[in-house]
This record gives sequence, structure tokens and C-alpha cells, in this order.
Amino acid sequence: MAYSGVLPSARSQAMVAEARHLLMTVAPGAIWIFVFLVLPSFYLMGVAFMTNGTYGLPEMPLSLESFKRLAGFGFLGWSPGNLYTLLRSLWQTVVSTGLVVLIAYPIAYYITTCREKWRPIMLLLVVVPSWTNQVIRTFGWMNLLAPGTPLAELGQLVGLVPENMGLYPSNFAVTLGLVYNFLPFMVLPLYAAFEKLDHAQVQAAQDLYASPVRAFWHAVFPQTLPGLLAGTVLVAIPAFGMYVIPELLGGGKGMMLGNLVANQFSGGSNWPLGAAGAILMLIATFVGLYAMRRIGKRLGGGEEVVI
Amino acid sequence: MTSSLTAPDTPPTSETVDTDRSEARASRKASTIELKGLKKHFGADTIALDGVDLVIEPGEFFTLLGPSGCGKTTLLRILAGLETPDDGRLVLGGKDITDIPPHRRSVNTVFQSYALFPHLSVRENLAFGLRMRGVAEPERDSRVDEIAAFIQLGSLIDRRVDQLSGGQRQRIALARALVCEPEVLLLDEPLSALDAGLRSQLQVELLRVQQRLGMTFVFVTHDQQEAMVMSDRIAVLDGGIIQQVGPPREVYERPANAFVARFMGHDNLYPIKERNGDRLVTDLGALSCPAQAGGDLLLIRPETLDLIPGEQPGDNRLFATVNECLYRGSHAEYRLDVGTTTMQATVRNRGGSLPTVGDRVTVIVSSDDLVSLNA
Repeated sequence: MAYSGVLPSARSQAMVAEARHLLMTVAPGAIWIFVFLVLPSFYLMGVAFMTNGTYGLPEMPLSLESFKRLAGFGFLGWSPGNLYTLLRSLWQTVVSTGLVVLIAYPIAYYITTCREKWRPIMLLLVVVPSWTNQVIRTFGWMNLLAPGTPLAELGQLVGLVPENMGLYPSNFAVTLGLVYNFLPFMVLPLYAAFEKLDHAQVQAAQDLYASPVRAFWHAVFPQTLPGLLAGTVLVAIPAFGMYVIPELLGGGKGMMLGNLVANQFSGGSNWPLGAAGAILMLIATFVGLYAMRRIGKRLGGGEEVVI
Repeated sequence: MTSSLTAPDTPPTSETVDTDRSEARASRKASTIELKGLKKHFGADTIALDGVDLVIEPGEFFTLLGPSGCGKTTLLRILAGLETPDDGRLVLGGKDITDIPPHRRSVNTVFQSYALFPHLSVRENLAFGLRMRGVAEPERDSRVDEIAAFIQLGSLIDRRVDQLSGGQRQRIALARALVCEPEVLLLDEPLSALDAGLRSQLQVELLRVQQRLGMTFVFVTHDQQEAMVMSDRIAVLDGGIIQQVGPPREVYERPANAFVARFMGHDNLYPIKERNGDRLVTDLGALSCPAQAGGDLLLIRPETLDLIPGEQPGDNRLFATVNECLYRGSHAEYRLDVGTTTMQATVRNRGGSLPTVGDRVTVIVSSDDLVSLNA
């Protein structure tokens, strides 16, 4: 028992060393996050509760004015404009993410069926467009969808577009732009999930009387669910806050929440209102993430899905 | 509840209605499988099956035995419908099922990796096949409970698959296939991932299950010991061709060719240099071997040999020097120098003295146990 007094102190020394090591490694990242994420977020929150000043800058006293404005109550009574913008953002997010999933699944699966030496090239082809500036690519779509282009004329032929009009600006053009822009972010995680797919499970499902569709649903889908959820987070969250695409392809009726917020900060209109809009986006994002987590846990049978 | 299965420990008696029913069901279920000229190749130069003809009888425990790459797994996958043959037909119970997809075949598989669904509980795994077939929930539940009791995994039924040991997973994979009551059960090296003790225990268990249910089992393995323990008949495959089909004793004791002999573990193979009537001349010397037709190789099984000390001349006796002795308790394995060559001999330890290294011994060859075969 002579050393019983020595051991704890030796242990505590080790713990101190470990804590110091932890601090050294974690600190740079923690400082970065604090300075560039946590502080601005709190600042934004503060701004949202201030009054709109003469030049659109926040002023005292504190008030709930900007949240009221955001909810649609203006000088002329209630108007549904902002509500429409919010709903449109949600709608565009859901539709474009859904379309991205539908397109990305077969692409990701197809790449895994290719010969090994072709796979990196195929993945590269998926990713390469996203190396070009988003604004430039979106301008490209403007050219493709403008009046008089083959696509617009096809639209007129089918009756989608009135005479002498283009396919943009429209909500359709925004959806198209979002799907095109975010496709790689779904293909990559899905590809990763498909690549480690346990084919024996799929064969077991077929062997146990599951038709191809049911075998997909019961044996492939659960295995690719982590990839699907990761992809959905990578697509849905930025899509929800997207600014460039609705700005260029949407026109007045295609505005999304990102444009609403941006407009309040640029042109000096109303910082508190913009901050309130940003907070609304943040809340919606957290609700969405929480919902995804729940879905992941349920469908994945408790298997932890890292988001 | 109409129980079709009884626990394996309960002996079947004539007054148990359940057992009668299960036998009736089993005999109705088990069907003949006919394989006619099955061919399958992968890519340009990999031939998996090169014309396989086989008839597997109802209620038989049939084993496909061979080294890796011999085509045994491909053959099993063709039976399951997971692979389509390039040529040939597959007939189950008189019905051509060559072009029937796997989910419409009354055939179930126990996969080598078990392939359990990790996102489902044990119960949901067991119920999967019945659910896909549209069996209503009450019946599904009762049949799952029945099979769980039969395979003795009742206490695991609400666990998650990833909480189970290898042996438990193996049993669940078996139960998941059995609960569907297929016409044929396919087993793809189901015991290969288990350690030796558990493996021999499950061999016996599997055999009992098969005998109790009277179901046709097609079993794939590369382990000849396992094949001999389990099977009614064995088909030995190599290079996509069936080398021999027969009961374990026949395949072991009368191998059709050198490949089968070597694969069954025989090393004492000697080219026949000369034939004078009954007398065959090899590197060992001349041995009389009646009633042996053609063949250019002589097989002498080590366990048919007797060793006596010293040089004692006689018919079918060889003089040898002990080169190596492996003492294994119940028996001893010898390597003997005979003439210009060597041979293996296995001697049962009946007590008394055993020859040791360097001893001069006489090998008594029983002419009845000599086999001449084609290389």
C-alpha cells in the first residue's frame, strides 16, 4: 500500500497531459467555428431583434418588428408575399431534392456496375461541371432556355410555354437549375453506398420470393439509406437557401427565401428583416435535419446515420 | 395451430398427428431435380460448368464437392435462379424451371455469408419469405414461432441480427429458408465460417433437421470429411465437369479417377507399369489384384494396410523401412520407404508395440482393397 498515494497523482498527471493534447488539437478548429460561425450567428440574432433604421441599418430599441414584417404584416395590413416565398422555397427544395434522388440512384448504381478502371472517370464526369462557377453555369441555362432556343420551341410545341416566350424566367427553370446544380452531391454519397453494397442480401431477398422491385426496397434501399440521407442533407440544405439560381432563372415569381434575405441586406433595405429571415432559414434547416435523423433511425432500424 | 414441425428431441410416434402431417407434407413437397447438360461460362475463358447431367432424388441429402473454382457454387446458384445457364435445362418436379426467376421458384438458399437483413429483427428475418409470398400475419407468426422452436432459437427471436454470434446467425439463416418449406433447400458452404467444434455440432444438427423434414438438401462444400458425414450421395466436381457421383463410401473407396482419389485425401497412387493377368507391376513391386479391369493407376488406401515387424515373405507383402511416424493417439500415420518410392500407412493403436522410425517392416496388402483407376 506504500504506492497508493503515488498512483492517483500519476494518473491525474496523465489526464492533464491528455487534456492538454486534446486542447492543442481541437482548439484551432474550435476557435475558427467560434469566430466565424457562433459569433456572427449571435450577432445576426441580435440584429433581428433591433429596429430598422433610416438607412436600413439596425438601431435600438429592441423590437419584434422585423418578425412581424417577415410574417407579412406591413404598413398596408397583411400580405401573403413572404409566406409564398417560404412555401416556394420549401416546395422547390422538396421537388428538386426528390428529382435529384430519382436521377442520382440509377447513375450511382450504373457507375458501380462499370469496370473498375472506368469508375473514376465516370465519377469525374459527374463532378467536373461543379468545378465551373455556379453563376456561369446558370447563365448557360439562361441561354438554353431563352425564347427562340430549341428547348423553348419544344416547350411551345407541347403547349408548356406561350407564344414567343422562353422557358425562363419560371419556377420550372429554377427547379431545373437546382437539380442540375446539386446532382453531383447526391451521386457521390450514393455511389459510396452502392460500392459497399452486400449483394448477398439482395440475392437472399430474391431467393425469398421478393420481386425485383421489392428486393430493391427491402435489400438495396436500406443499405443505401445512409448515402441517401447524407446526399439529401448535402442537396436540400443549400437548395433551401439558394440565391443565385432563383435570382437568375426565377424572375419576380420565382423568388426564394435566400433572395428575400439577400435583398434586405443589399440595397440597404432592412437588416433586421434580413436577419429575421436568416433565423427562419436556420430554424427550418434544424427542423429538417431532426426529421431526417428520425427517418434514418426508423428506416435504418436504429442504425446510426451520421449527418 | 397446425404444427408441421416437432422439436428434434421429441421422438416421432405414430399417434402424433403433427408428425404424420409433417411427413405427408414433406413427401408431397420433395421433388426430383434433373439437370440436363448445364453449361455456364464467365467472360471469354472461364468455364464454370461444362455440361452437367445429374438427377437428385426427392428427400436426398446431396452434396456438391470440389475445390474452389470447380463450378459447385455456380451450379447451386443456377438451381437457385441467381445465375442463368448458357445451355441446358433444369427440371424441378417435372417442371422446366430454367427460365423462372428466383423469386418464383420454390427453392430457398442458405448463403455462405448468411445474408441476413441487418436492419430487421430475427423475427422479421424469419418472416421475410412468408411476407413476400403474401402469407397473412397470424399464420406467418405461428409458422415463425414453430420454426424458431424447431431450430431452438426461440429466445433470440426479438434480438437484432448484429447481436448474434456466428453459430446463431447460421441457424437463423437456416430457419429463414426452412420456414418457407421449399421443394429443395440449397446450402452454400453454410458451416465454413464456423470454428471446428461448432461446425461438427451443426453438421449433426443439420443432418437431423434434414432427416426429420425429409426435404431435399443440396449442399455445397470443399471439405470431403464434411461431405462424407452428411451426404446420401456426393457429386465430385472439377473443371466444371462431374468426376463421380455416388454414396460417400463408393466415392471414398472406389474413386473413379486420380482427381477424385487425391481430393478424397488419398496419396498412395502408383502408375501401373505392367499387367500380367492378375498381377500388377508398379514402383512398389508386383501385387496380385484380382477382378480389376482397366486403369493405369493403382490406389492403396493407407488404412487397409497392416504392418508386421521384420521381413516376413508371402503373397502381396512388401518390405519397407519406416521413414516417418506421426503418433495420433487412436492411430499412427507412417511414411514408408518401399523400393524406389514411398507409401503412407495408417495403423490403429490396438495396444502392443508400434514400429518406430528406422524399423524394417513387412507391409501386408489386402488385394480386395486395391483399386485400379484412370489417371
